[in-house]
Amino acid sequence: MDNEDGGDPLALRVDDPWSDAGGAGLWVPEQAAPVAPPAAVPQAVAGTTGDRRAVFQEVQDSAAFQEVRERYRGFVFPVAAAFVAWYLLYVVLATTAPGLMGRHVAGEVNVAMVAGLAQFATTFLLTWAYVRHARLRRDRAALDLRWTLATRTGQERVR
Amino acid sequence: MSGGQMTAGRYLADSAGEHQGLAVVLFTVFVSVTLAITAWAGRRRSSSEEFFAGGRMFSPMENGFAIAGDYMSAASFLGISGLIALFGYDGLLYSVGFLVAWLVVLMLVAELVRNCGRYTLADVLSARMRQRPVRIAAGTSSVVVSVLYLVAQMVGAGSLVGLLIGGQGTAPRTWAVIGVGALMVFYVSFGGMRATTWIQIVKTVLLISGTVMLTVMVLVRFHGNVDDLLHAAATGSGHGDAFLAPGLKYGGSWSSRLDFISLGLALVLGTAGLPHILSRFYTVPTARSARRSVVWAIGLIGAFYLMTIVLGFGAAAVVGSDTVRSSNAAGNTAVPLLAEALGGGSGSTWGTVLFAVVGAVAFATILAVVAGITLASSASVAHDLYTALRRPVARHGRRDPAEEAMEQDEVRVARFAAVGIGAVAIALSLLAQDQNIAFLVGLAFAVAASANLPALLYSLFWRRFTTRGSVWAIYGGLVPALVLVVLSPVVSGRPDALFPGVDFHLFPLENPGLVSIPLGFLAGWLGTVLSPEPADPGRYAETEVRSLTGAGAV
Repeated sequence: MDNEDGGDPLALRVDDPWSDAGGAGLWVPEQAAPVAPPAAVPQAVAGTTGDRRAVFQEVQDSAAFQEVRERYRGFVFPVAAAFVAWYLLYVVLATTAPGLMGRHVAGEVNVAMVAGLAQFATTFLLTWAYVRHARLRRDRAALDLRWTLATRTGQERVR
Repeated sequence: MSGGQMTAGRYLADSAGEHQGLAVVLFTVFVSVTLAITAWAGRRRSSSEEFFAGGRMFSPMENGFAIAGDYMSAASFLGISGLIALFGYDGLLYSVGFLVAWLVVLMLVAELVRNCGRYTLADVLSARMRQRPVRIAAGTSSVVVSVLYLVAQMVGAGSLVGLLIGGQGTAPRTWAVIGVGALMVFYVSFGGMRATTWIQIVKTVLLISGTVMLTVMVLVRFHGNVDDLLHAAATGSGHGDAFLAPGLKYGGSWSSRLDFISLGLALVLGTAGLPHILSRFYTVPTARSARRSVVWAIGLIGAFYLMTIVLGFGAAAVVGSDTVRSSNAAGNTAVPLLAEALGGGSGSTWGTVLFAVVGAVAFATILAVVAGITLASSASVAHDLYTALRRPVARHGRRDPAEEAMEQDEVRVARFAAVGIGAVAIALSLLAQDQNIAFLVGLAFAVAASANLPALLYSLFWRRFTTRGSVWAIYGGLVPALVLVVLSPVVSGRPDALFPGVDFHLFPLENPGLVSIPLGFLAGWLGTVLSPEPADPGRYAETEVRSLTGAGAV
């Protein structure tokens, strides 16, 4: 479904520099790299500099990109705010309320120990959650967009 | 008090002979391996991609080990365990801050930086700005952060050698600092990023193995009963229950509490601005592998800091806080002493062996970390400062022969820059030999968080951010951070200050982060609002699309 969102507004154009260059886009040994690929160059240069902005702005406005951006920001901003707040709360409590932190929970283990280990636990947990979110909700769509852009700008040539 | 010191001094001097022999052998083996790696890596063609990014084809696991190697310095291995052994829970606060910082790196920085840059932080910051001013600002702050961090590590190397050799004089420490400096310059100039990365990987394997071994021995000694361990630690510290709760080190005056909050803020926000950590993401091919390498790093670093907690409490329980303190007032010798005690005590074969192993691992740690930082700072000098001052930067251009030649030039400059930075770091380390290592590291984090992070976050996420905004953000964090340090009690006004004779300390805190980090963000906002020209929406579109999709990433 993501593919349909992304595919439509970003359809290929025929006079794209990438397609024009044809075989020139293939890898060539550095010594033999053409200083100026015949005929295509003036067009390509004009195309890339003039159109670059337009292409990127068009992609930025596209529904597919907005979706990737919203998914990324929608996860990362609240989660980052939450864990920074939780860490600062922990540091402030540890420095200002040692009495509370020193209260025993079980045996020698006190509130401070539990809170410290909870910081470790939340770090591991959020790492897992972020990676899962990125893999399932973002990676495919981002890769599709990258591919679309590569064909549009001809920038992603093989080096 | 002096009696205790005498005993400890003699105790170390007695066993020093045996320690020294084995430690020197182990350390020589490590140095030979690293030199072989450097020679192997140095035989490759020296394109700038090879030199600054190691060819960009490391696997996430390899890079994760290397990131962990760059991050787990001797300050954490020896310093944090030592702080825990002396002050109990307050030392543990460091471990937490150092780990939680990685969530900022993972979520906000790693992938986007990988997608937008080529070799350095300045690549990302200048991507949508006027190149010259931003590159110069970002290059300057990267070099400042790196040199501060470098000095901290080299001072640590000096004290470690002083400890292992047991001499009280300054000569062994001086030679240790010079030797470490010469080795790191050699690794970097001849091996570039590929050699540095493999050295980090070897070091991480050594460090983690050593830490696991000691942790298991501590736990076995207490029959796996954590409660017993904590109880013995509280008893051995002489503080009783208070040892297991916060407040022993930072619970005094309000300024010391604020100081700790300031340090905590610097730790959690500073990691994402450390140039040598950011340049690690360019050694893998894609943003996805950058993400996976951070996951590896978080696993390794988290496990490591959990184990340092066990080692710190173990040292308090087995060795006793007073013995640790009398051997080194800052607690830096807690882990070697613990290793010796676990092996059977001073004079026993296993005690000697373990002491030597820990010493060699700590030295390997320092050596690897300084190589990583030297590489990052020489990249900043060559790729940012030299480039910005010498020629207009070609952006997104085709790779023509002229550019190829300039890249060769950049690599040559970087090799010389490594020598220059090495010399500066050696000189400063010799001057700062008596400074507290943990303070110097905290300072480097504070400067990174104030100068680099605001500019980085604004340029990745804020559409209206401008050239003036980024320059102001960098200098607006860098200058206050450095000025506040000069005006802090660390530099003047205290018996243990850098200039104890005079008193011009106007700022009560040792760590400037609490003030200078907000100032960095404020300056970036102000600079943007007061910009003569608005931000270019086209270039922001390009940055944003590239950062999230990886389009056009090298």
